[in-house]
Amino acid sequence: MSTVEYEAVIGLEIHVQLQTATKMFCSCALGFGEEPNTRTCPVCLGLPGSLPVANAEAIHYGLMIGMAVGSELAPRSIFHRKNYFYPDLPKGYQISQFDEPLCSGGELAGVRIHRVHLEEDAAKLVHAGASGRIHGSEASVVDFNRGGTPLAEIVTEPDLESAEQAGEWLRLLRTTLRRLGVSDVNMEEGSLRCDANISLRPVGETELGTKTELKNMNSFRFIERGIRAEIARQEAILRAGDKVTQETLHFDPRTEAITSLRSKEEAHDYRYFPEPDLPPVTITEAMLERARAAMPELPAAREARFLDELALNAESARLLSWRSELGDFFEAARAAAPNVEPQMLANWAAELAGRVDGDDPAASPVTPQALADLAGLVAAGAVTQGGARQVLDRLVAEGGDPAAIVEQEGLGAVGGADELAPVVRAALEAHPDLAERLRGGDMKPIGVIIGVVMKETRGRADGKEVTAIVRSELGLG
Amino acid sequence: MLDLTAAGAARAIAAGELDPTELFEAYRARAAADELNAFTWVADAAPEPADGPLRGVPLAVKDLFCTEGVPSQSGSRILEGYLPPYTATAVRRLEEAGATLLGKTNQDEFAMGSSNENSAFGPVLNPWDRTRVPGGSSGGSAAAVAAGLAPWALGTDTGGSIRQPAALCGIVGLKPTYGSVSRYGMIAFASSLDQAGPFTRDVTDAALLYRHMAGADPQDATAVGHPDTIALPSAQRLDGVRLGVPEELAGGEGLEPGVLAAFEAALQHARDLGAVIEQVSLPTAPKALSAYYVLAPAECSSNLSRFDGVRYGMRADADDLDSMYTETRHDGFGPEVRRRILIGTYALSSGYYDAYYATAQRVRTLIVREFEQAFTQVDAIVTPTSPTIAFELGSKTADPLAMYLNDVLTVPMSLAGIPAISIPCGLSEGMPVGLQIAGPAFSENRLLDTAYALEQVLEFDGSPARVGAGA
Amino acid sequence: MIDRNDVLHVARLARLKLSDDEADRMTGELSKILDHIVTISELDLEGVPPTAHVVGAPDALRADVPRPSLPREVALAQAPAVSGGGFLVPSPQAG
Ligand SMILES: [Mg+2]
Ligand SMILES: [Zn+2]
Repeated sequence: MSTVEYEAVIGLEIHVQLQTATKMFCSCALGFGEEPNTRTCPVCLGLPGSLPVANAEAIHYGLMIGMAVGSELAPRSIFHRKNYFYPDLPKGYQISQFDEPLCSGGELAGVRIHRVHLEEDAAKLVHAGASGRIHGSEASVVDFNRGGTPLAEIVTEPDLESAEQAGEWLRLLRTTLRRLGVSDVNMEEGSLRCDANISLRPVGETELGTKTELKNMNSFRFIERGIRAEIARQEAILRAGDKVTQETLHFDPRTEAITSLRSKEEAHDYRYFPEPDLPPVTITEAMLERARAAMPELPAAREARFLDELALNAESARLLSWRSELGDFFEAARAAAPNVEPQMLANWAAELAGRVDGDDPAASPVTPQALADLAGLVAAGAVTQGGARQVLDRLVAEGGDPAAIVEQEGLGAVGGADELAPVVRAALEAHPDLAERLRGGDMKPIGVIIGVVMKETRGRADGKEVTAIVRSELGLG
Repeated sequence: MLDLTAAGAARAIAAGELDPTELFEAYRARAAADELNAFTWVADAAPEPADGPLRGVPLAVKDLFCTEGVPSQSGSRILEGYLPPYTATAVRRLEEAGATLLGKTNQDEFAMGSSNENSAFGPVLNPWDRTRVPGGSSGGSAAAVAAGLAPWALGTDTGGSIRQPAALCGIVGLKPTYGSVSRYGMIAFASSLDQAGPFTRDVTDAALLYRHMAGADPQDATAVGHPDTIALPSAQRLDGVRLGVPEELAGGEGLEPGVLAAFEAALQHARDLGAVIEQVSLPTAPKALSAYYVLAPAECSSNLSRFDGVRYGMRADADDLDSMYTETRHDGFGPEVRRRILIGTYALSSGYYDAYYATAQRVRTLIVREFEQAFTQVDAIVTPTSPTIAFELGSKTADPLAMYLNDVLTVPMSLAGIPAISIPCGLSEGMPVGLQIAGPAFSENRLLDTAYALEQVLEFDGSPARVGAGA
Repeated sequence: MIDRNDVLHVARLARLKLSDDEADRMTGELSKILDHIVTISELDLEGVPPTAHVVGAPDALRADVPRPSLPREVALAQAPAVSGGGFLVPSPQAG
């Protein structure tokens, strides 16, 4: 049996729909969910005689993305035609960029960016079903509403090593794009689609192995599962002593099956050439200035600020900066309770994140004020950690005011010898053997006694305080 | 009233001396009875003209301009009966100035041809001699104006498609500076070369029509308009005007003797008006034709990909997608269009791009530079428009390369994007010969003035073409 | 220099059906034309940049302001086949 260890080398190609008001090359409003073919014009239908004119806002968004990842921005950007036939491509070519993209190079969280360019999206092709057959054969229906939507294509260098890392990095990319306000990155509506180039090589080898391209995945979970499945497939091939074939693949998230696309088709020859209908776009200083002025604080900068100014631990800083809605919620809660220690508030924000669906805690019934108040109650000793978690559960379920919930539910901390001593005494009396061992200096059973007290007080007692009372009750000083 | 120039008709209508409906009806009747196959569609009735400087002057429009609700087929079977939902900007501007759409004119399919024999709707006959071609690709517009079936017409010029048919039919044709007229709504042949322009009986009409066509267009990113107002020409003399004769194009090689004689006679007229004739050099011009026949087919191969049977036009009866594509495009396109699509696809394809497309683009750079250099020496460049007079129908259809050579004198200006006008300058064997005058980008006013001054002394008589051509 | 296989290959890329006769004739015609055209490579083009556009239009961008789209019946009016508000085509996978 082979003892060779393999490592994966993964590069991503991400298509993001930009949230401009109009399409990339015509003035049709972007369409999502409208009746088919109600968002079209001569340009996006590819009617004879129509001509494209580039959307200035899409260029602006492209520049912002480039700035966010530190790309070199082209002083002159050229559109090319990528020629191929498909029913969802009305002109027989896609207007894209080729050797002079808007943005070249860059880096995001240690992953190098190869390029960022702009292009137009294809239309939507849906199966026609039984009603729309042609001569009894399968037929499809084309809806051009989506056709011409502006896309930013972001291509990374092959700097990723695992499915998990790819998934985490994509989440950061999504956060960055949302922060920039250039896309809603709603994966269910297909506004982010990802291809992954995957190859394996023996650990220690520097040369890249044969890569495959996993096409068109549109959810983070599918992407991770797809990459994992493809790595496993390639590893099996290599272990069997066979060679990986360079091909384009499709991952079916339902069956986990990986199938080859375009196997029947001839090799592609896109015949790129400069789009004669579009003069080169000159990127002016005014355009750059406008993009710079529109740049928000990006996750990396926020992470640094959380580390330096708020002294959060690394885990919290990353969580709250890479998940920007959570970070925003945290900052709102901080504003509501400036005296609560930031790390403590960050911990409660993380607790909250684990309890809400989706990315945005603001969409839950919990308000930043409520989270701040809860952290304040804990800090003041008015409720224990355990009690506070129960309060948070209630808040997530139905909202409300933490102090009122503590009051209603009787979750207030039980404290002081007056309240706790009788409970401790009862616990020791119920377990005389343990009390005996404790008196003899064997402190191991104290956990059991604390557990009994916690149960009696429904978690409202503080463990340290219980320990102290046990010692004094037993005369241990 | 049919003898009036368009400018004359516009004046008479504005003065209340001419009824626009009557004028339209007179032209409509002639166009409907067209025996030259110049029209592919003729209006049923006079449209209500807009109130503008061209009010009530009928206009014939090359088939490839999209006109809302009116067949716009670009001479192709693949677009037979196609009714666009919008009107081309150039046509719309003219309609807004008061022009009325008389009809659509025949052309080579997708503007690919120099004889108008590549139309799916049959060849156009030359009104001077019906056994001969009118030139192409705007052959229908040229023949219609020459025969008096329309006062004027719109055409397009990619490598000579206005100038050459104007020359062969004995009328005036102007190819404007690339980018001065919007291409929006012109069914594209080669986007970086296509430009719309006028066919007229005289130079004044050319100026008038061009004035109302030119202008920037937010729907065409390459349409920058014209920096100057286009004036009606008035020059009587050419004192001090320097006219350059490029030896590479007008040296006599490949030119018919009768064409050369008419050209030299025109140069003498220019001298008599005070012009200075100088020799200039355009060393790369002899290679312009080859570069053109890479670039134009390359662009057309891509521009014509949209004709796939999905959204409009012809669709072959096929039950799988691939056959639908290949059969629709086989049956819908004529042989010359297929030929150019194949040349262009080859020139762009992997492994050949550098040798063909990239090289041709570099040749284009040289051509641009050489014209710029020449224009530091002279005000305009003069050549014959076509190396030959109109040839017999069918005489060159078997030899595509021989047909391409018709464009040898006009493609250099197309590649450079500069304006050039063809005016009739005499007869050879009883057929018209054209004089081409080209100037720097946006020099239309000076070109028109130069052409106008020559027109006055050349006294070309176009009436033989108009005699008995129509009903 | 262009042979029959090249012609068939580019015809495939261009989605043009060619019969055997047409392929033969086209090979002959294209060879002749391309032999003439390829003489451009004899020119000295050292250091000469390519020209793709002869006009400069520095502000040829469009403001991001929507305009009305076509009514659907107009968009579909010229289609050879429609179904369910869309353009009906043979399925890409089939056949
Ligand atoms: Mg792409
Ligand atoms: Zn549109």
